[in-house]
Amino acid sequence: MTKIDIINRVAEQTGLARQDSDTAVETIIALVKGALANDDPVILRRFGSFQTRAKNPRIGRNPKTGEEAEISARKVVRFKAGKHFKQAVNNKSD
Amino acid sequence: MTKSEMAEKLGEKINVKKQQAEDIINIFTGSIIEALARGDKVEIRGFGSFRVRHRAEKEGRNPKTGEKVHVPAKKVPFFKTGKDFREIVDKGLPK
Repeated sequence: MTKIDIINRVAEQTGLARQDSDTAVETIIALVKGALANDDPVILRRFGSFQTRAKNPRIGRNPKTGEEAEISARKVVRFKAGKHFKQAVNNKSD
Repeated sequence: MTKSEMAEKLGEKINVKKQQAEDIINIFTGSIIEALARGDKVEIRGFGSFRVRHRAEKEGRNPKTGEKVHVPAKKVPFFKTGKDFREIVDKGLPK
């Protein structure tokens, strides 16, 4: 499934024009990205939460050459699925 | 940012009532949940991809009592951050 499929579902289920559904989906994505860029966690009930995590620098290895290389400190995104989402992928309902 | 705060911002942006904006957010998240529940994956360019990861069964321990417990195999939703998203989080929004 891709973004187009989600946009189509929004259009079908809301009756919004395709163009507006496209803007809606792009806006949701931009809002999540913008919040996380400012370290603001995004918490969507029945789905899950996105938050940033600081990673310490560490020594890694180039898997091809075996050479050691320092991996710098960085911030990464972590998604934690909510209970409803986890149950749905295991085909349980809540 | 909560769903309610997101709905407010989305509503302003696309000019719909907050309730309808919240419905749209629920369709967005619901489509992703349904896709993964049927074993499909979701790829959104510039954002990331959602897929199901399989966890093997294992012997775990109750951290309180130290008792051994069997943890059955299960599936878990996994989000892999897309390149653009990864970069703006690590380096900040483009000025």
